Amino acid sequence: MIRLKHIYKSYTLGEIDVPVLQDVSLHVKPHEFVSILGPSGSGKSTLMNIIGCLDIPDSGDYILDGEYVDNCTEDQLSEIRGIKIGFIFQQFNLLPDLTAYENVEMPLLYRKISPAERHERVLKTLKQVGLEERMQHKPSQLSGGQQQRVAIARVLASEPSIILADEPTGNLDTASGKEIMGIIQDLWKAGNTIILITHDINVANQAERKVYVRDGRLSDKEAAV
Amino acid sequence: MTWKIIKLSLKGIFNNKMRSFLTMLGIIIGVMAVVILVSITQGATSGITDSISSMGSQQITATISSEDVSVSADDVESLASYPTISGAAPVISTNQTVKKNSNTGNYSVVGITPSYFDVQDIDIQRGRKIVESDIEWNTNICVIGTEVATDLFDTWDAVNGTIIIGDSIYKVVGVLEEQGSSLAGSDDNRILIPYSTASRMTGQTSVNSFYIKATSESTVNAAISSVEMFLLQAMRDEDSYDVSNQSDVLDTMDDVTNTMSLLLAGIAAISLLVGGIGIMNIMLVSVTERTREIGIRKAVGAKRKHIMLQFLCEACILSVLGGIIGLLLSFGTIEIYSLISATSVGMNWGVGIAAIAFCAVIGVLFGGYPAAKASRLQPIDALHTL
Repeated sequence: MIRLKHIYKSYTLGEIDVPVLQDVSLHVKPHEFVSILGPSGSGKSTLMNIIGCLDIPDSGDYILDGEYVDNCTEDQLSEIRGIKIGFIFQQFNLLPDLTAYENVEMPLLYRKISPAERHERVLKTLKQVGLEERMQHKPSQLSGGQQQRVAIARVLASEPSIILADEPTGNLDTASGKEIMGIIQDLWKAGNTIILITHDINVANQAERKVYVRDGRLSDKEAAV
Repeated sequence: MTWKIIKLSLKGIFNNKMRSFLTMLGIIIGVMAVVILVSITQGATSGITDSISSMGSQQITATISSEDVSVSADDVESLASYPTISGAAPVISTNQTVKKNSNTGNYSVVGITPSYFDVQDIDIQRGRKIVESDIEWNTNICVIGTEVATDLFDTWDAVNGTIIIGDSIYKVVGVLEEQGSSLAGSDDNRILIPYSTASRMTGQTSVNSFYIKATSESTVNAAISSVEMFLLQAMRDEDSYDVSNQSDVLDTMDDVTNTMSLLLAGIAAISLLVGGIGIMNIMLVSVTERTREIGIRKAVGAKRKHIMLQFLCEACILSVLGGIIGLLLSFGTIEIYSLISATSVGMNWGVGIAAIAFCAVIGVLFGGYPAAKASRLQPIDALHTL
């Protein structure tokens, strides 16, 4: 499903190259639920950007669904993100001027999907996250938990191969956080591949497998954290 | 997809009503300036052109500026025997104070021969014209224009009245038909007296100017040549006279008004350009403000062309909508103007449509850069701006 081989990534700060990821290799199998744990500054956000095709590694190979991603153009990456990857962000990242319905519909507008099917998918997924009553509401009229559910519906409507969740509960109270983790668990049980990025061990423990990032290197051992 | 993007752009515009309106204001004013100025100039031009051409292009006017050489009335009248000329009217004109009881005014008093009426295509509405015997006897009679009649007699029915021109008493024998204003000066405010009488009054034997009527419009140029030849022989100096024809005036008028139209359209186009720059400015602000939106859209699969199209659409809708509003406002303004000024100024729809097309071009030109800038934003940079 996902295969990262010897990934290097560095950022230039002034004239100094700061290595962020060094020799990172990771293999995620279909229907797996992996959590990536690490303190802030460890490089886990960069790792997630690379897995999510938002960024390209300096060297190393990234093979997603049997396709090499490293040589893709910007527009090809956009297409891969639209079709194969679903993002759940800490900040929800909904568009404030659009209703819940329009937010879920938005990614589908960039793909060749008929209006009838689009409508059907949006309704189905909003129902799945229990928000069919609130689909004409704007994000500002919804609670944090509800906003994150809209974001999850947006992911589901695209039917991606992988769901990438970046601290999905980071901006939520405990009850809402539990609810969202429940939905993510359900999605996994329904056969989705999930990669969860967090610094919270309790959240990470709900995953099938944990990997740790520290100083830009990956390890399977908790001791490294 | 395209329809969805247009809907999205409209939403963006309506979400920021005040800003959108102010942005469009530049375009609105620009379009109004172009359309109104061009329409009014053209309306005025066609009015003037109509009145000039109604005076007939068969007429030729010769003005003598030199006082050294004299051209007699008989010399001028001999021109009528040329095959291309149907009539010649010598004229002595002077300005005189004219009195009637307590009414006083300064008028142009013109000494004429009977041929004047035919050559100038004017007729009388009351009384009689000046005839040959008036010239022979130097009679103190006059034919007055309608304006003179209303000024001095308070009515057009002035026949058999008397007026004092200079020091002498004149009897009014006729009143001219009303002519309305015209470029060459109207006979409405002139007093016509016999040529010989005028010559005696001013002590002048040479004509000031004379009018020629060609046999037809096609012989006008030949007639002009004849007149010029005649004058050159009589005066021996090209600078002492001037021969002109209505079509010359018309041509000059056309040149002047075309230049005017171009000038005004140019100035107005500049204001449209400034409006376009306003749109670009706002679009750039909008791109910065919506960096996060662009990032989110790109993260979920929007390609560069999608983002580009969204912002380009917004700029075009802003400018074209501004153009349409400007066009409607110009239409209203022109209607009101033509009502108030009682002139036949009509909306020039051709210019209106061209202005709207120009607006669309402005939208693409000035929206292009901000849209390209938006489309080039990297999703990870865009997402991290809070």
